[in-house]
Amino acid sequence: MAEKQFRDAIREAMVEEMRKDDSIIIMGEEVAEYNGAYKVTQGMYDEFGGKRVIDTPISELGFAGIGVGAAMNGLRPIIEFMTFNFAVVGLDQIINNAAKIRYMSGGQISIPIVFRGPNASAGQLGATHSVAFESMYAHLPGLKVMYPSEPYDAKGMLKTAIRDNDPVIFLESEQMYGMKQEVPDEEYTIPLGVGKIKREGSDVTIVAHGKMYHIAQQAAKELAKDGIEAEIIDPRSMKPFDFKMVIESIKKTNRCVIVDESHPFAGMASEIGFIIQRDAFDYLDAPVQRVTIPDAPAPFAKNLFDLWLPDAKQVIDAVKTVTYRN
Amino acid sequence: MAKKADEAFTPTGMVYKSTSLPKPTRKKHKTLGLKDEQLPEIFRNMYLQRRFEERAAQMYQKGKFGGFLHLYIGQEAVSAATVTVLNDDDDIISAYRVHGMALARGTSPGACMAELFGKATGCSKGKGGSMHFFDVERHFWGGHAIVGAHIPLGAGLAMANKYQKNGRVAICFFGDGAVDQGSLNETFNMAQLWKLPVIFVVENNGYSMGTAVERHSAGQLHKRGEAYDMKNGVANGMDFLSMVETLNDVVKEVRETNEPYFLEVKTYRYRGHSMSDPGNYRTKEELEEFRSFDPIERMKDYIIKEKVATKEQLDEIVEEVEQEVLDAIDFAENSDFPEESELFEHVYTQEDFPFHK
Repeated sequence: MAEKQFRDAIREAMVEEMRKDDSIIIMGEEVAEYNGAYKVTQGMYDEFGGKRVIDTPISELGFAGIGVGAAMNGLRPIIEFMTFNFAVVGLDQIINNAAKIRYMSGGQISIPIVFRGPNASAGQLGATHSVAFESMYAHLPGLKVMYPSEPYDAKGMLKTAIRDNDPVIFLESEQMYGMKQEVPDEEYTIPLGVGKIKREGSDVTIVAHGKMYHIAQQAAKELAKDGIEAEIIDPRSMKPFDFKMVIESIKKTNRCVIVDESHPFAGMASEIGFIIQRDAFDYLDAPVQRVTIPDAPAPFAKNLFDLWLPDAKQVIDAVKTVTYRN
Repeated sequence: MAKKADEAFTPTGMVYKSTSLPKPTRKKHKTLGLKDEQLPEIFRNMYLQRRFEERAAQMYQKGKFGGFLHLYIGQEAVSAATVTVLNDDDDIISAYRVHGMALARGTSPGACMAELFGKATGCSKGKGGSMHFFDVERHFWGGHAIVGAHIPLGAGLAMANKYQKNGRVAICFFGDGAVDQGSLNETFNMAQLWKLPVIFVVENNGYSMGTAVERHSAGQLHKRGEAYDMKNGVANGMDFLSMVETLNDVVKEVRETNEPYFLEVKTYRYRGHSMSDPGNYRTKEELEEFRSFDPIERMKDYIIKEKVATKEQLDEIVEEVEQEVLDAIDFAENSDFPEESELFEHVYTQEDFPFHK
């Protein structure tokens, strides 16, 4: 099995699906001739041509909406946003059209569309380029939300997203595109709404998705040196969310820390925390803790940015709080 | 006072004049490709739209249903000409003043009235309401109520048609207020770049809610097309035959060239923006002026004058439509509301989606 980068895994998923299904197209800024702002779509224009790999102007509202219209009428578009920070300009099409037209039409229309691209922070890019949007999209009925943390998951999940007949928000990360992992050439898919226990442990459950999954792994290595064995759950899908896996794990560990790159107020961590207190109250030996970015926009200055972004030390501190080792 | 008026960014008191309408065509229906027997049916269609909405307004005032109600009354020549000229499988998408277009396309008055009432038998199963009529089987794609948000959808429908090489064109209607949205400008740019077979139609009825067109849009609306090298023109939306004449040319051109077109239709709505609009922004004289060339009366006069049908025959149609609308009300009243289980139906195509609770 070959080691492949995250960007290659995503490309393979798209290319393999496009070879099988002529109704799939991809549109976005710089996806064709330029071969992708992050080289995710490299070579796709050469293989599929300009009818299926389509460069757009910088008009997120326009091309997101044209994608929705095309999806209503028989195509299966993949819309690449150069980052989800720019998708904000096209949100009306995602929130009001993609997510609601099926419902408002009484089921006459289906909208098989994938909106994909990097999410959340990518270093010192300032406040407008650093927002994690998974909580916001997961809030809205009509959307499905996936957020892989590793190349293997990314390929299998994106295939699922492309084959899904509902709108899927597929979140990636600039900082993960170069990450390598063994990815099979053979066909496989990973279902929506199914998480994965990526590290087994008996002392604490850490729920961490996307880029934060890797922070959790770093923390777990350090914690093991102190004799604390963390169980790490990567939920992989944000909506639907594999609460069952989290609850079952807590029944074993009795403690939980959630690591989430969203802001704290009404973020993913808040919702996961609520479900845990409702469904696993009797199993908890300590209040659930969370590690998130602060309730402040991303700063530019290196020292402030480092302070802002969650790191392994914060996760370790939170684990020590729930295990009463502080 | 004068000084204050001079300083206003959006001066008030502008009037929408019927003199801005292009002159109606002098061509007869046969020259425009219409057969005698079509005309009484077109009259029936236009009158059905009118009577349906007059009755819907009564039902609304009686409190039979809630929500908003935006009436199309006065603009019926536009919808009637559209369905006359287009093929049945061409794709139509419109904004929230949409009852007339659905009825014109052939959605039954019962299904339309039931949708207003929020009943399960409605054309959107009671889940859309007045602003969100859908009838996809008839290639009628809604019913969209965020101003300008469906303009990209119209281009997307056309993109899929071009991709599939199915020969269909898409036509996308919106009001004059939508011309000011970024979505229109972004879509026009891409539609022209990508040569999409789509006809964008602004139904310029003079007012974006209560703001006169001169107060909300700089320049003439159809000239927005020029910026994108998009073919464009103006049509008289108060006259059915004029609309047919224009659309005959536009639809043929778009179908043959696979390129977009921007058509400004000058029309007028007699009623307020919605039911709660007292219409203080326009004068009685203006309203009367437009009423004096009502598209339905004009059609009736034409049919009688051309001896295509007699006044008695048209009166009979009026009676039949009256009954049809009353039947639609009965149908809506006697229909059931959606089952409670419908709350979670059609959110996703996936039947076993685990809804969050």
